[in-house]
Amino acid sequence: MSLDKGTVKRVAQLARLRLDDEQLEKTAEELNKIFTWIEQLDEVDVSNIEPLASVTGHSLPERMDEVTDGNYPDRVLSNAPDRASNFFTVPKVVE
Amino acid sequence: MVQLLKGETGEWEIVIGLEVHAQVSSEAKLFSSAATKFGAEPNSQVSLVDAAMPGMLPVINKECVRQAIKTGLGINAKINLFSVFDRKNYFYPDLPQGYQISQFKQPIVGEGFLEIEVSDGAKKIGIERLHLEQDAGKSIHDQHPSRSFIDLNRSGVALMEIVSKPDIRSGEEAGAYLKKLRSIVRYLGTCDGNMQEGSLRCDVNVSVRKPGEELGTRCEIKNVNSIRFVQQAIEYEARRQIEIIEDGHLINQETRLFDPNRGETRSMRSKEEAHDYRYFPDPDLLPLKFDDALVQAIASDMPELPDAKRTRFIEEYELSEADATLLVEERETAEFYEEMAAGRDKKLSANWLGTELFGALNKEGLSLAESPITAESLGRLIELISDGTISGRIAKDVFVDMFESGEDALDIVERKGLTQISDAGAILELVESVISDNASKVAEFRNGKDKLFGFFVGQVMKKSQGKANPKLVNNLLKDKLG
Repeated sequence: MSLDKGTVKRVAQLARLRLDDEQLEKTAEELNKIFTWIEQLDEVDVSNIEPLASVTGHSLPERMDEVTDGNYPDRVLSNAPDRASNFFTVPKVVE
Repeated sequence: MVQLLKGETGEWEIVIGLEVHAQVSSEAKLFSSAATKFGAEPNSQVSLVDAAMPGMLPVINKECVRQAIKTGLGINAKINLFSVFDRKNYFYPDLPQGYQISQFKQPIVGEGFLEIEVSDGAKKIGIERLHLEQDAGKSIHDQHPSRSFIDLNRSGVALMEIVSKPDIRSGEEAGAYLKKLRSIVRYLGTCDGNMQEGSLRCDVNVSVRKPGEELGTRCEIKNVNSIRFVQQAIEYEARRQIEIIEDGHLINQETRLFDPNRGETRSMRSKEEAHDYRYFPDPDLLPLKFDDALVQAIASDMPELPDAKRTRFIEEYELSEADATLLVEERETAEFYEEMAAGRDKKLSANWLGTELFGALNKEGLSLAESPITAESLGRLIELISDGTISGRIAKDVFVDMFESGEDALDIVERKGLTQISDAGAILELVESVISDNASKVAEFRNGKDKLFGFFVGQVMKKSQGKANPKLVNNLLKDKLG
């Protein structure tokens, strides 16, 4: 598998990364190396093996339905670049 | 009922699928222990997990899992003992994680169906799946000219997304499907079904085709928040699409908004760029596994659902289909009815609840829970009618009194001396006095002016202040005039 520059540009856009032409080329090259490395796994025959969801063998831990958290808006908002009373504010996003 | 729309080139069929987001009734959120209550102070019900602080890990709330299973059983669906949580990636200011934890390829609930009643009979609507996912926060746009305000209280609250098959063929069917689904989740207590508060929201997929042809290109109308709006949006959208196709153009697959003020849908231009959510299994969460014993335990604890209750009301109480359908839509109404009608006339009880009590409640803008008349108290009024203590007409006056004062029916009847006169002797006296007071009318009647009979009944009732037993009055009058 080989990634072209257009695909890398689209992936970068989806991740909100701005890459100039030179960076795009370099990133494509790096990503392709990673793909080539991962493609070595294709050599293994997995046709009769169930997909593995986890290697730990643990089951999903659960919580009781109890309210034991929250009620600290100041902590939640402490990193907000901008706030108005207890709201975060952001540049207007409505169309 | 399948509704065909007439265009210039013939008839068109509307094909509709609904995606309903139902907020799970739970104390805490899906993956955190912050509260879910509606209407709290902004950002007060937010844990560091919901705010997506680095290093925070989601831990699933087992009640939300139980609620999803219960709902799945309520919609006759296959429960998957193994399901997987995936990340749905997109950026929006009210989504602090940058992804929504949802279920993509392996949802907790698979195929099921609902039965709806529409004007041309019953119809089965297929359900594709039900999956668990997180809700996003809320953006408020009207507080500032250039800023949007973000409240994360809703962020991380558990939602069930319930996806129908494209089996719906009209606004009427869509409305019936939504009502039935809402009724079921409310019976089960898995979602409060409150559309105004956004606990139940609906995305509507609409396409049109010539009957028998392939499916057309669909448009998705987002976040329609009342059953009436869903019906309006479908009507408008179908006509818009027919016009475009008949003008020789193609439908653009897109997301649209319904504007209730104008009754129209319009394109959400900023979202035109095709979404690429890049779903992948959430590495923070192991697959969700449970055994059949859990499903069986939940199944054995299900309340009687509206369809079963409706059938029982028809068979056991001999109610009409229309009465039964009305009574079972809300669990509270059905329970009120059963308490009120226990040991009393079933049909009469249904009429009084449906017409008098709901009429009075609607007029005052009250819900059944706020009714000044209890089920038991209304039941006692029914008894007084059935045993002949008061006439149906007097009962209406007593009802008005009860509604105002909350007083017991019998107390009102006794205090005001409204007991029906069923003593033939006493009524005969009234009849005779009416006959002697109206000699000329009696003569006319005897000469064939039959219509006057009603006049005599009216006179006797008036003399008795409405308390005379109408049947006796009729019989005695016929006797004396004949």
